Amino acid sequence: MAKKPDLRRFPGFYGITLLCLFLLYAPLIIVAIYSFNDSQSITIWGGASLRWYEDVFWGLEADKFKQAAVNSLTIAVTAAIAATIIATMAATAMLRAGSFRGKGASFALINLPLMVPEIVTAVATLIFFSAIGFTTGIMTILVAHIVFCIPFAYLPIAARMEGIEDVYEQAAQDLYATRWEAFRLVLLPLMMPGIISGFLLAFIISLDDFIITNFVKGAGVETLPTAIFGAVKQGIKPNIMAISTLLLLVSILFVTLSYFAGRMGQNRQ
Amino acid sequence: MAGGLGQGTGKSARTYAGLGVPLILPAWLIIGIFLVVPILIMLVYSFLTKEFRGGVIWEPTLAAYDQFFFDRGLFGDEPPKIEWTYILIFWRSIWQAGLATVLCLLIGFPTAWFIATRPPNSRTIWLFLITVPYWVNLLIRTISMKFLIRDNGPLNQWLLDAGLISEPIHVINTATAVQLGLFYSYLPFMVLPIYAAVERYNFALSEAAADLYASRWVTLTQVIIPSVKPGIIAGCILVFVPSLGAFLAPDLLGGAKNFMIGSLIEEQFKGAAGNWPFGAAAAMILLTMVLIVLIFYARSQARGAR
Repeated sequence: MAKKPDLRRFPGFYGITLLCLFLLYAPLIIVAIYSFNDSQSITIWGGASLRWYEDVFWGLEADKFKQAAVNSLTIAVTAAIAATIIATMAATAMLRAGSFRGKGASFALINLPLMVPEIVTAVATLIFFSAIGFTTGIMTILVAHIVFCIPFAYLPIAARMEGIEDVYEQAAQDLYATRWEAFRLVLLPLMMPGIISGFLLAFIISLDDFIITNFVKGAGVETLPTAIFGAVKQGIKPNIMAISTLLLLVSILFVTLSYFAGRMGQNRQ
Repeated sequence: MAGGLGQGTGKSARTYAGLGVPLILPAWLIIGIFLVVPILIMLVYSFLTKEFRGGVIWEPTLAAYDQFFFDRGLFGDEPPKIEWTYILIFWRSIWQAGLATVLCLLIGFPTAWFIATRPPNSRTIWLFLITVPYWVNLLIRTISMKFLIRDNGPLNQWLLDAGLISEPIHVINTATAVQLGLFYSYLPFMVLPIYAAVERYNFALSEAAADLYASRWVTLTQVIIPSVKPGIIAGCILVFVPSLGAFLAPDLLGGAKNFMIGSLIEEQFKGAAGNWPFGAAAAMILLTMVLIVLIFYARSQARGAR
């Protein structure tokens, strides 16, 4: 009997997949390689060295980038914590509290920051703070970041909660746990993988943002992306490539952590 | 797309019945006060008079929208002609975003299909490889692209060294460079939703088509694509919408001649132009266009669900 053709296979799709990955990774890998270039010129290869990494940490612009990194991390951690708490509460309302007034519109509202183009959010937020006479600075960046981090934290948290049946909390309540105890001691531990994923995504999204931050940051306050953007305006210098490579590693680390948080959840169920 | 999104539409658990409003309230307040209200204020600003060096004067006027669509000469006293400058910028943005969507689809669909049809273990690895660039800083990715394609960048250098070209290919600061940047920025956004749709695809349909002597091509176009269409549409929106308002790719790769909506708006607030009402009006027009796309999307999804 002739072997049936594999209906899942299409000629050329494997090649296109490899091309896709090549296109996605090639620019990043090339910048990573050139960040080790021991040459003043960014294009001519002058042997491998760590001089641009030294420059990032101890060079002329080191203080500027350090301050920007501290700002970025402070904002990202705070915004991600706030967004995770708000998103966990919202997910509990949407999935565990039966029906309530305004539930229909709530899902659309939570996802609104994903639908409005970033540049529009940036303009609206700047105008808002200007209209109420609030000076732009770290606080305005933080508030703007919490807003757009909420949907990113919400999606994995809600997806996780949807996968947990409410029988566990019911059982806890049958054993005389209060609702708060049922939440804290039963639902919350089960939710942890989703909450960790949500936090990590919110963190990386906050760290990533340029457009909105650029609008609401105010004079003199820089985050890493705005500092890098400012430096690149005068041309790509080797120290920028070293910073880019470091940020690339941070992103990969966080995606990996988020991936394992997701895996941890699957194993428990 | 029912379920799995936390829409709370399924059979609802009621452990915390009665607490819905207090639990959802923080999300409502934060997004309401710091996004919905600002958009409404922005709408108001688009009808106000501009103040030089940024800001507004509280006098209602249609000047911003008038400036967008009509040219009344240098002193504003000539009969109005259609002002093509801004319409052209919007048209260029729509064209670039549309082209990026098509290119992403051409590469993204086969990729998503290939990954979704791998055995489960290698599938997670492939998927991971697609997800990583998705989370890498967009600014870093755009700078990487700029570094690669500069006139004296590595790509031109290698082609010159290999003797394939005699002088550098000039790509940077052209529409092609912007297109490359948009395509590169949003490619993962196309792959992931299509992948999710293919994963749910029932392969018995392909077998039925094959049993009825459908060729591979006919099966693909007549059976598979209609089945995974929701994923394709979702992917197209995820590429088209951010491309339309993109700022980094046109700004870093396109130079001054390849302005898109994002750069136009940015210049009204950050640049020398300093015309807040006009920037607010341009942002409103962009938002309206995006909402129209999203409404079409919601309607097509609703039709698919029925």
